[in-house]
Formats: sequence, C-alpha cells, structure tokens
Amino acid sequence: MSWIDIGHIEDIPLRGARLVKTHIGCIAVFRTAEAEVFAATNSCPHKGGPLSEGIVHGQSVTCPLHNWVFDLNTGQAQGADEGQITTYPVRLEDGRILLDASTVAHRSAA
Amino acid sequence: MKQRLVVIGAGMASGRVLEHLTDAAPDAFDITLFNSEPRGNYNRIMLSPVLSGEKTYEEIVTHDDTWYAERGISCRFGEQVAKIDREMKVVEGVNGHVPYDKLIVATGSNPFIIPLPGHDLDGVIAYRDLEDTQRMMGMGSGNKVVVIGGGLLGLEAAAGMAAHGVDVTVVHIMGHLMERQLDEAAGYLLKKSLEDKGIKICLQANSKEILGQDGKVRALLLDDGTELPCDLLVMAVGIRPNTALAQEAGLATGRGIHVDDQMLTSDRDVFAVGECVEHDGAVFGLVAPLYDQAKVAAQALLGEEAAFVQKTLSTKLKVTGCDLFSAGDFADGPGREDIVFRDPARGVYKRLVIEENRLVGAVMYGDTADSSWFFGLIKDGTSIEDMRETLIFGPAYQGGDTADPLSAVAALPPEAEICGCNGVCKGDIVEAINAGASDLGAVRASTKASASCGTCTGLVEQVLQVTLGDEFQMPTAQPICGCTDLTHEDVRRLIKGQELKSQAAVWQELSWTTPNGCHVCRPAINYYLLADWPLEYQDDPQSRFVNERKHANIQKDGTFSVVPRMWGGITTPEELRAIADAADKYDVPTVKVTGGQRIDLLGVKGEDLPAIWSDLNQAGLVSGHAYSKGLRTVKTCVGTDHCRFGTQDSTGLGIKLEKILWGSWTPHKLKLAVSGCPRNCAEATCKDIGVVCVDSGYQISIGGAAGMYVKETELLCQVPTEDEAIEVVMAVTQAYREGGKYLDRLYKWLDKVGMDWVKAQVVDDRENRAALVARFELSQSIYRKDPWAEHVKEKAQTYAPIADFTLEAAE
Repeated sequence: MSWIDIGHIEDIPLRGARLVKTHIGCIAVFRTAEAEVFAATNSCPHKGGPLSEGIVHGQSVTCPLHNWVFDLNTGQAQGADEGQITTYPVRLEDGRILLDASTVAHRSAA
Repeated sequence: MKQRLVVIGAGMASGRVLEHLTDAAPDAFDITLFNSEPRGNYNRIMLSPVLSGEKTYEEIVTHDDTWYAERGISCRFGEQVAKIDREMKVVEGVNGHVPYDKLIVATGSNPFIIPLPGHDLDGVIAYRDLEDTQRMMGMGSGNKVVVIGGGLLGLEAAAGMAAHGVDVTVVHIMGHLMERQLDEAAGYLLKKSLEDKGIKICLQANSKEILGQDGKVRALLLDDGTELPCDLLVMAVGIRPNTALAQEAGLATGRGIHVDDQMLTSDRDVFAVGECVEHDGAVFGLVAPLYDQAKVAAQALLGEEAAFVQKTLSTKLKVTGCDLFSAGDFADGPGREDIVFRDPARGVYKRLVIEENRLVGAVMYGDTADSSWFFGLIKDGTSIEDMRETLIFGPAYQGGDTADPLSAVAALPPEAEICGCNGVCKGDIVEAINAGASDLGAVRASTKASASCGTCTGLVEQVLQVTLGDEFQMPTAQPICGCTDLTHEDVRRLIKGQELKSQAAVWQELSWTTPNGCHVCRPAINYYLLADWPLEYQDDPQSRFVNERKHANIQKDGTFSVVPRMWGGITTPEELRAIADAADKYDVPTVKVTGGQRIDLLGVKGEDLPAIWSDLNQAGLVSGHAYSKGLRTVKTCVGTDHCRFGTQDSTGLGIKLEKILWGSWTPHKLKLAVSGCPRNCAEATCKDIGVVCVDSGYQISIGGAAGMYVKETELLCQVPTEDEAIEVVMAVTQAYREGGKYLDRLYKWLDKVGMDWVKAQVVDDRENRAALVARFELSQSIYRKDPWAEHVKEKAQTYAPIADFTLEAAE
C-alpha cells in the first residue's frame, strides 16, 4: 500500500474534521483525539448530510442534519438507525496525515 | 384557656415537635420560639451538600417565615436566653421575659473544641452551623485547610471543600477513618476514594499545637514534628450536649439533660428534646432518634400516652461518590461469624456479622443498594439460617430468580424501614399510597419519607412503582443524555459550586461515562461553562452545532445562508448595494427578506463563506447571528421619527439595545422588539423580551413566543427612562443566561422561576439588578464582536478542503 501525505494533524481542530476532495467524492478526515484520525465518506446515507460538519465525540460523529451517529471504526450507524458509511485507511506518521493512495487516486469511470 | 408554651432552640428536634403540635392541636398553645442563631429551623444534616455546592441554603430551609406566621408562632430569633426562672415560670430572653405554662428545652449541642494551645486563634472553627459552612465556602483553590477529625462530619467538611479546589488535609487520631461506624477494610476503601478526590489523610496523628501569626492560624503542629500549613483549621471531633442553661436552672443533668420516657425533665412542666438530652445513659447525635423524641414530646404535651424507645441506628455518609453504609455491631467477638464479599476492581466491600443465626451488624462500601433490607434483618432479629448461603447477595437472591431491581423493594416486609431519618417503614408508605398519595410529593407530605436527607428518595419511588404498577410514572427529572445521570439543573449548580472551568473538569468531576460527551451534552456544557466563567473558559467551536461553529445556517443541501445584521432593522443604500453585489458575485440563488427585518442570502457554498463575509465587512456589515442560541434581532417600528402616533424613539432604543446585546450567547435564541406606541407595530408582545413605549415611559414584558407555541408576553415592569429600560433588559437577559436550561426559550425559564422571582431580582432589588448588568457587561467584553471578521482573519483556510485531488487529476 502506498500512502499520500494530505496535511499535518494540527490542520484539523481537535474533535473536528476537514474535507479531502477526490474523484470518488468528498472524504472527511476526523481528528478524534490529540493523535488519532479516521477517514470516511463525507456524505450521510440518510439524507446526504455533510458529516465533516458534525460534532465529533469519542470515536464517533453525529450528522448535523438529523443526528445520526456513526462509529468511525466500523462506519456503522449507532442506536436505532440503520446505515453504513464507507471508511478509508488513514495513518499518522510524525504528525503527518497519510491517506491510502489508491483511495484518492482512483479515477471515476466517467 | 390557651396554655403558654415556650421553646428554647429552633433546631430539627424542636421543629418537629412544633409540626406535630400545630398539626394535631392548632389552637392548644400560644407558642414562643427562641433561637440564638438569627434564623429558624433548617435541615442541618444537609449542610454538607450546601458546602459542596450540590444544594443551596434556601433548599434546606425546613420552616420559613410564612410557616411560623401561619401557625401564629412568635419568633425570637437571634436572641439569647439569659435564664430560666422555674419558680416564676418565666424564660428571660435578653430582650424581655416570657412566662410559660410548659417549656421545651432544645438547646442542642456544642461542638467539642480540643483545648490545644492556639485553639482560640482566628481561623479555628467547628463545623456546626451555617456560619461555619459559609466560612468554609469562602475557601478556594490556593487555600489550605486542615480538618481535625476523621469521623462523619470531618470527612463531609473535607470533601465539600476539596470539591471547591481547596487543598485539604484530614488529621485523625485513630488507625482508620470513621472507626465508630466502619471496620478497617471499609475504612481503607473510604480513605482511598477520598485520596482520589485529592484529600490528604494523616492517620494515627496526634495534634500538639496550633501555630499562629498575628492572631491568625498558620499551621497545625503534630507531635512527631510535622507542620501542616493552613489558612483555616476545622475541628470536627465530636459534640457535647449543651446543658448550661438547664444546669443553671437546677434541672437534673449528667452528660445531658436527664429525661424520662416521656421526654420530661426533673421538672414536670419542662420537657427536653434533641442533642441536649440524656436518656437512659445515652446521648444522641443522629437525626432519627431526635424525631422519635419529638413525636413523644408532642404527644405527652397533648396528654397522650407515648414512650421513647432507643433503636438500632444506621449511618450513611453524604459525600458524592463514596457510598457507604453501616449499622449494628460489627466488632469481632467469640461466637461471631463474618460473611465477607469483595470486588476490588469495583471497590466494593460488604461484611455481615452473624451471631446465633441472627444478623447483628453490617458494613458496606461501594454498593449499598440492599442496605435497608439488611438493616431490617438487624432490627427485627430475623433468623437467617435458611438463607445464609446467599444472604450477602441481598433480597433479590432469596427464593427468586429474577434480577429485576424492583424485586428487592417488592421483597421488603411492611416493617422494613425506608426512611431512616424519619423512621418511616414500607408499610406506612404503602398505606399512604393506598389512601391516595400517588407521587413522591404526596408521599412526602403525608409520611415525611425522604423529606430530610433525601438519600432514600429512590427507594420511595420504587415503593410507589411496586405498589401502583403502571399507574406510577417515574418522575421526569431527566438526565441530560446517556453520558450522565445528572440533570441540566444539577450540572449547572455543580459547575458553579465546584468551580468547574473546563470541559475536562466536568467530565472528570461529574463522572461522565463517555470520554468527551456527545452531540447532546457537549453544546450544553460548552454554553454553561462560557456563561458562568466568561473570562476563564474559552468557547469551544468543536462543541457547537455546525451553524454556530460556521456562523451561518446549514441548509438541507449542505449550503449555507448568510444574514448580515441590520441594527434595529435600519439600513442604507450603501449596505443594500453591498448585499446585492455579494449576491451577484457568489451566485446566491435566493435573496429573502426575513421576519426579523433583514436580508437573507440563501445557498452560499461553505468554502465561499469567508470571502462573502469579507466583502460584506468592507461595507460595514457584520454577522446577524441568525444561526445562534443568542441574540438574534431587535425589531422596531419607526416611532417618533416619522410616525404620528409614536410616543418615544423606538427605533433609537432598538438600535441601542441591539448594539449592547449582540454577540451574547443565551440558552436558546433571544428575539426582542420595541414598539413606539401601544398599537405595537413591531409585534413586541410575542417576543422573548418586548418593549412597548407609552407616553409616561417604557413597558417591558417578557416570555413571549411565536413559533410551534404561541404565547403573549407578561408585563415585567414599566420604567420612566430609556436608560432604565436598557438596564432592565440587560439584567433580565443575564438572569436568563445564568439560570436557564440549555435549549429552554425564555418563556420556559420564566415558567420555572416565576414572574415574582424575576421581578424581585431585576425590578425591586436595584443592587442585584446592577450586579446582573455588571456580569453581563463582563461577559460582553469577550463576546461583543463580529465572528465573521475574526474567521476571515484567522480561520479562512479551515473552510477550504485540506487537500483537493480533483484538481491534480484534471491536469
């Protein structure tokens, strides 16, 4: 697996998120703790709410539109809601955030 | 003819006598009540929750002025009694004599002060009354306090002060804490959890001397040479019955005032109750037997037959997070056997002491849910032969397989004591319920169960549930969310009381079950912290809903709306041109006039926000906070400037109010309006705060709403000048900010506190009004600013993607 550097951990506010634009759509990169990041699709499966704008708590995010909560480890909706978001491999190296190159380099069929 | 009854001392025991007497025979006595404290009867055992900030003094008052007035009791509070003249049957108060036919001596007890050298220095106090409590509440972080005495009272004092950040050391002469109620193992667990709260504990420590400087306490010197520096020294080593007055009057006294089973002293017309008495060789410090005495004394006064009987007692410690219970006798001895259960990981310890197949003592730490069942077994001397193997697991395991928490309560026999303070057993409560008491308040009113220290409230509710089944709704004191058991009100009070000034402090000190809350509690806690500690706490954007974090309203397609402020609804051609230019430049699909007299640009892309704000800023436009739980708009009509009916300059006042209030955060959105005459064209009477101008001044009314719920405002006051109108509006806003529950509109807060309270706070009490205004101004020194300009300057890059691979690929 090859990794692409997208930025520094300090570019994302603690318990916040930033967007990465790719050909497969927007990916949200969440910073859940001082040195802990997750990546997942930005779009909520319910009504397409922007997850990067949600409140980040524990290792979860709450969609800002209708409060669906997703576990960022599994992408699974929590509680009574049923749904799944795609999660992507991401890692931290010396404070740099690295995304899997195949995720971002993937070209859409169009 | 009415008999004259004089009562000396307005404590919990005599208070209970008066309750029984005035309930049973309201016209039998002319009552005069002396108290050396300048107040009436309050629930002294609740001073510890007051000290730790979990309760306020007002909440622990048992009898207020109205109560005494309704019963025609003549109160002589703050007045010392100099002498009892038994021959003339007169009580000599320092402000005058009062003759009596019957007298009750309820002089209570005095704290025991160890006569160490230096015990009379300033800053050496006991823990007995409200004054002592207030002295301790005056300590904060940066202060050091030494508490001598590791018993019930000393530990409650230490924990209460530690909750305020005070550096507390407890000095105890024995080898473990609370040695009279706990065995060594439970004492160890208690020490450990107190140390986790930051309290230092010195055991087997002998105090030698209290050191002072300039007449003030400086340190405590132990006999091993250790010096413990302190700003305050609290002695909580025990109490002595206060018998001085009785002794001088020639009543028979020993350790306390001697009383018989009817609470009569050696004089047939003089009764004594409470901590000042000695009955059958025993003196009393816990509240339950005092209440029994009070009942007996009242009955004896009314000529009924009654006798006071001493009972086995149990103890609970009122320190949040330290759950302990002890009852009966748990010393080792021949013929005694122990059943012990330990779960070190949960910090649970239970020990039952058994003698001849009967339970004689119980000590529990960490899990005391079954304590009243065990206490019942001890008191009744029930044979435990058949259930010995499962005894320690509690009533739920006796002959049943259900783990329903209610089954424990259902299994209790009618004689089981539920409320230790008031000696109310399950049968009494069930009887009251069957007689029509269908909620906690009604049960409390008819039986007094849970009306004193309150620790049995949960049990009483469970009895209600077991008895009424589905007819009983558990009360709706809802916790904030799944992260905590505490309600909004609890949390607000604890944030202030324990001076919690960061989110981390709230999670830790209030035992949140999640690492950093959730989308429900975080915004609430963030609001409470910034409202209560404007200078110390820094607003956390990551704990805000997206609209308040991005200072724009998110729309269903993920775009945002932008609403610049138009002060009082007044604008200029230049502003309108700037708005039109921005709408063109950023392809704004919809431009709409809002109900708050301004213009909404809908459909702006998130990444364009800093740029459009910057353009609007250039024209002098700032954020309209159309997205905030804070001040939205001040709607106005044109007033005396143009209108032939206008009585005052309503537009001018609206602009002034908006310039003062803008940027402030409130529990929910806050909308104002100012109308220039009672025709009310600005619709001020359905706003959170509305001002209607009249010839003679300004009518300010509050608590309106026009959303899902439509409600007209209620009149708060009328004031003659514009300055005063502004002051009242600021004060009421601040009172709402300080007291309101997060996401309660002003009318909901008003429903809870009542208009009379608000009037008293902001209209009648000028000093308090000024203080509210000052606190509002202090907060506004931080928050009265344009967040758009700030974000343009400092945060613009966060609105753009951190990386964009679509551009790269397009090359």
